[in-house]
Amino acid sequence: MKLIMAIIKPFKLDDVREALTPLGVQGLTVSEVKGFGRQKGQTEIYRGAEYHVNFLPKVKIEVVVPADLTDQVVEAITKSAHTGKIGDGKIFVIDIERAVRIRTGEVDVAAL
Amino acid sequence: MLRRRLAVGLAAVLPFALLAMPAMADDAPPKLDSGDTAWMLASTALVLMMTVPGLALFYGGMVRKKNILATLMQSFAITCIVTIAWCVAGYSLAFTPGNEYVGDLSRFMLNGIADHITKGNDTQAFVLQSGIKGVAPMVTTIPETVYMMFQMTFAIITPALIVGAFADRMKFSALCIFMTLWSLLIYSPVAHWMWAPSGWSAQNGQLDFAGGTVVHINAGIAGLVCALVLGKRVGYGTDNMAPYNLAYSVIGASLLWVGWFGFNAGSAVASNGRAGMAMAVTQIATAAAALAWMFAEWIAKGKPSVLGCISGAVAGLVAITPASGFVLPGASIIIGIAAGVICFWCATTLKHMLGYDDSLDVFGVHCVGGIVGALLTGVFSYGPLSATDASPDGSPGGLAQLWIQCQGVVATLVYSGVGTLILLMVTKALVGLRVNEDEEREGLDLVLHGEQVF
Repeated sequence: MKLIMAIIKPFKLDDVREALTPLGVQGLTVSEVKGFGRQKGQTEIYRGAEYHVNFLPKVKIEVVVPADLTDQVVEAITKSAHTGKIGDGKIFVIDIERAVRIRTGEVDVAAL
Repeated sequence: MLRRRLAVGLAAVLPFALLAMPAMADDAPPKLDSGDTAWMLASTALVLMMTVPGLALFYGGMVRKKNILATLMQSFAITCIVTIAWCVAGYSLAFTPGNEYVGDLSRFMLNGIADHITKGNDTQAFVLQSGIKGVAPMVTTIPETVYMMFQMTFAIITPALIVGAFADRMKFSALCIFMTLWSLLIYSPVAHWMWAPSGWSAQNGQLDFAGGTVVHINAGIAGLVCALVLGKRVGYGTDNMAPYNLAYSVIGASLLWVGWFGFNAGSAVASNGRAGMAMAVTQIATAAAALAWMFAEWIAKGKPSVLGCISGAVAGLVAITPASGFVLPGASIIIGIAAGVICFWCATTLKHMLGYDDSLDVFGVHCVGGIVGALLTGVFSYGPLSATDASPDGSPGGLAQLWIQCQGVVATLVYSGVGTLILLMVTKALVGLRVNEDEEREGLDLVLHGEQVF
């Protein structure tokens, strides 16, 4: 099992979800996060007071999939979250040791 | 000099920014008018709505998350404090004869306000300051209770405007003491100068229909003094002090705009053509000022900001306040544009050049906008709007009137500025003015009130 963690532009969330469903992804977790990368930040001006905001809003998706699905999922996210402009985000893949479905007690791939 | 002017002013029975003079010949008690009374009851509610929730939201949306509740609380608490202060002595000090600078205590605890009430109604309308030798009283067509309440809502919003200058850093105990003293010792006398027929500004012939000087210059200069005495916020100029929720501010500014119809059109103290014109110019000047600020900012800073547009609207409302009831729609557009551009420059450029931390621009919007309005009232005043039987020409604008307006502005700046400084020193000696640095960093909501928003 692999955890695929993707940081994407917020408005791309629905595209990513639509791209993942046909692959058999049964569920994922979404968080609203802030951060910075090469896109740097933005400038806000309130009555002449300028503030440079370093952290931009992003959406973090976390989805755990069977190992053999990993490449397809990563590719689907890469395609669906792509705009070609700076700030599109990143994808990280991490090994998962164990998974448990709380309701039934099923474990590992059966729990996904 | 004032005494000399007093005599000149008397001869012309100059307008008191409030009401047309009735014929003084008949001695019959003035009659109540149910239409006028109904409009003034409604206006009173509208003006109260300007403070809570209008001003509370306008300011609350502009502060950081940790100070939102404390800022809302300041407007709400001042509403309660001034209500009691007004009832105890404020109204009496503002509107009883006294001398030309302050009233007396004959209406202490609203003593005598029910004198004409029988069978649940007043038997005669309220006459402001009858029986003073050489002073023409102001005869209304409404009960004194309604007049007292209408004026109370003005007394409430004026100190509430000041809190924007020291947002994020004043102790609540200090605020309670300072605002009580300020209401009684600064607001009531200045209101007396202008709106009591025996007041020196009224005698001098100054025009202030709804409080450009009494409310906005008065509060604005007090705000500047507060900002200077309390000092800058911790982290000013380095920390991000962006507003947490400008949507609140948009709602607040909108409520202020609507409530301002009670403020300005209500200041006719009647439901008549002058009230209608006051309402019209209020709307027009506000729109012009919002657009002026918006375009000025668009050109100077690259984007037409939401905060800029609503700030411009408030600047326009402030500037048209003294002029409403005196000027025509064309002049109101000029007043609006002038207020929008000048206040924009003061709030966004002058403040940063001079380096004071008037957090929410009480000085840049209210004092500067008030001065723009007070002076342009002297230029654009249209005689027939303020004409009466005793003064058929009314008060047309011109150099002479502009000079009178200048005197009122300077007197208010000096009295309110110095008075505020003294009251701040008294408050500082009693309880201190500012929370300590750690408390300020933590936020007033938690430190002062033990609560948090969201």
